[in-house]
Order: sequence, then C-alpha cells, then structure tokens
Amino acid sequence: MKPAPFDYARPDTLEEALRVLAGRSGAKVLAGGQSLVPLLSMRLAAPELLVDLNGVPGLDHVTVDESGVRVGALARHADVLAEAGVRRVQPLVPLALEQVAHATIRNRGTTVGSLVHADAAAEMPMVLRLLDGSLDVVGPTGRRTIAAADLYLGPLESSVGADEIAVEAFFPALAERSGVAFEEIARRHGDYAVVGVAAVVTLDADGRVSEARAGYLSVSDVPAVVDVTEELGGGVAPEALEVAATGALLDLTPETDLHATAAYRAHLVRVLTARVLTAAHDDALRRAGDHSGGA
Amino acid sequence: MGEATPEIRHEIRLRVNGVEHELAVPARRLLSDALRHDLGLTGTHVGCEHGVCGSCTVLADGRPVRSCLMLAVSAVGLELTTVEGLAAPDGTLSPVQQAFRECHGLQCGFCTPGFLTTITAGLEANPTPSEDEARDMVAGNLCRCTGYQNIVASVLRAAELGAEEAGR
Repeated sequence: MKPAPFDYARPDTLEEALRVLAGRSGAKVLAGGQSLVPLLSMRLAAPELLVDLNGVPGLDHVTVDESGVRVGALARHADVLAEAGVRRVQPLVPLALEQVAHATIRNRGTTVGSLVHADAAAEMPMVLRLLDGSLDVVGPTGRRTIAAADLYLGPLESSVGADEIAVEAFFPALAERSGVAFEEIARRHGDYAVVGVAAVVTLDADGRVSEARAGYLSVSDVPAVVDVTEELGGGVAPEALEVAATGALLDLTPETDLHATAAYRAHLVRVLTARVLTAAHDDALRRAGDHSGGA
Repeated sequence: MGEATPEIRHEIRLRVNGVEHELAVPARRLLSDALRHDLGLTGTHVGCEHGVCGSCTVLADGRPVRSCLMLAVSAVGLELTTVEGLAAPDGTLSPVQQAFRECHGLQCGFCTPGFLTTITAGLEANPTPSEDEARDMVAGNLCRCTGYQNIVASVLRAAELGAEEAGR
C-alpha cells in the first residue's frame, strides 16, 4: 500500500522546523523514517504534515567524552556503530545497536528516532532507560532534558511534546569496575526480539556485586528496568541468579501476543536474566582486571 | 474524502547513477516508486514494501538503503546508485554481477537487484569476506529460490574477481 497524502516541509534550520511544527496539529517529524515510513505505507499512521529534519545541518554528530556518548538527531545507527570511541566509553550501546534490524536499515534509521518512536520491542529505548540516559528536546519554550525514566509513557508513546523536536540523546559512560551484556531471542536474525535483556553489573573493591540492573524489551508495553542488586546478594552463583530472575519477574508483567505467550516470555526472562547477569559480571571482572593490570 | 484538489507536487532533483534528474512528485511518493515510475528505472524491484525483503535496496552515498522506506522528497542531495548503475557503460558486468552469472546466484531474479547493490557496498567495506561474513552481508535480503548457497558462493567469487580486477 502507499501512504495517504500529507503536506511536507523540509526546513533548513531547527528554528524553522519548530515554527512549522508549532503552526500545525497532526504533524510528525521525519528523520530516518525506518519505522515511520512503513507505518505510513500500511496506513497505520496518517499525519497531516511531515517535517523532514534531513535538511537541517548540525544534527548528525556522535560525540564521545569521558562522561558518555551524545548522539544527534540525524546520526544514523551505522554512524554511532562506526564511532570507535563509543565502544570504549559505553560498550552497551554498540552491543545493542548490532541487534537493531539489519545493517541496511541501520544505514538510514537514526538512534534518536528510535528513542522517540518509543517501541517497547526496540533495543535503544531500553538501553537508554537502563543506562539512565536522557533525551534533549527543543520546543517553543526552549531546550529541555528529559530523563529516560520520564520518557516512556505507553506503547509507542513518549513524553516528547507534539511541538517539540528531539535533538540529542545522551548515553552515560560505563562506571568503573562495571560490565555490560546484551542478549535477545528473535525468530529470525534481524527480526524484532521476542524478548531481549541487557544488564549492567558493578563490582566493589572486593569484587562483590555492588549494583546490578537488568533492562527488558518486548516484555511489557514500555521498556522496563529492574534493580536486582539485593536479590544477587553480592555474587552470581546459580542460586543467586535464580532469585534475581524470580525477583525480576515480580516487577514485570509479560504479555501474550502473536509471537509468544506470556508464559514463554516469562521463561525467556528467567533464562536471559541469568545469562546476561553472568555475562555482565564476567565483563566487569575483565574490565576491573584490565584497569588495575593495565596501568 | 473524495476532494478534487490535486495533490501538491514537489519539484526535486535526484542524482541517480551519476545523472541528475528533475521530477515533480507528491510528498508521499516512495523513492522506490520514483525510481521505477517517474524515472523508468525498473531494475529496482519492490517486494514487500515495508523494509523486510530487501529487493528494493539501492545505494545512497554508497551505503545500502531500502528505497521503499524512503520518501523521494527526502532523498535529495544523496548520490543514488541503482542496479542499472553497477555495470560499466559498455555493458561489462561488475564483479558482483559476473559472479552471480558464474555461480548461478539467481533463479527467478526478482530479489537479485537488492542482492547486487547490497553486496557491491558490502565488498567495498570488506573486500575479503569469510563465508560467515558473506552470509552476514546478505542477511537482510530474502531470496525464495536459491536457498542462498549460490548467493554466498557469488559473494566469495565476486571478492576474487574484485581482487583480480584491482591487481590488473
């Protein structure tokens, strides 16, 4: 099918984009379009106006410093993956990006666009949420920063206002003595995951787990994060992992859809939670070792 | 509903296979349709039209993209390459095309344009892929005839042909 007709604006500046957006209801912002264009073609979305950001300069940056990674609204997933510093400062970002659709889609799709699209089955909203990142938006009253914890309201619904444009995402750097892991189960390579889980584990000076959090995609209708520090009780022995996975499930309500039953999702949550916590713990040990040994 | 006002057409310039085209299209025209219907470049095939099958893959500034997931109006300023732009002007097949011919990398041919463009860019980025990397290179493209074996063989053969060409 083809998209329904819509008006189209391709502003040259952010100010003009905001002006166009403020003047109309029923408008959508277009960046990479890898989620939006299929929605248009299937007529699941029929905006009256598309405001195309692709003509606005200065939005395609990927900036890395010791505090974290900043990603501009027009940076494609592939650009973020190609920036070598990203892996060093926040390795969870490339781990998850590699699971976003296929390379061809990542060449056009933007990371910020994916964050705003707010699909609970997508990788990057969950990663932003797990890392306690944030999203900067500009609107008629200026620029504001939305914490990831306040970003996701419901299925495909974010707290970015209809008259606002997301301009930059911030993924905080990995803390010292910390490790990450990401794993998802999909029916076919590149498909949406049935369930995906990521974890960040931090060790104290004695090598005991001082903080452990896991993020979940495709389990609830918004990206979910569960703190399992207490459940782990300092380590990742099989019994502790069992307690953590059980604890995580108490905070989650897996849902049934075409792709999986709630019971199967719960099973995957258990299995993947244990796996990624173990892997993130190993990663933290390795990084802590590298840090002390490599000085 | 049913209003008679004609849709606004946007005058745009698209650069395709090194040639600049002027066209007037409604904003909702998909790039795949602009290539096929407005420019007559029917080598780009449309399969699923929602980004899954990969048949419509073209190169934008050398990177594979789904032309069915882009609006023509949003493709201005990009250097586009379609399957028509892969062979030399005298018709000599590119290494990837030659490899598909030699290795029986196509049967019905519907998906082939998307494979050819994807692999052309893939070998540009990685001229000496392993078999696993060759498989990964085409992971985003569907083929219902070949079972992929001969396509993977074609990727490896194209890498050989490319190396020979570079060595000459």
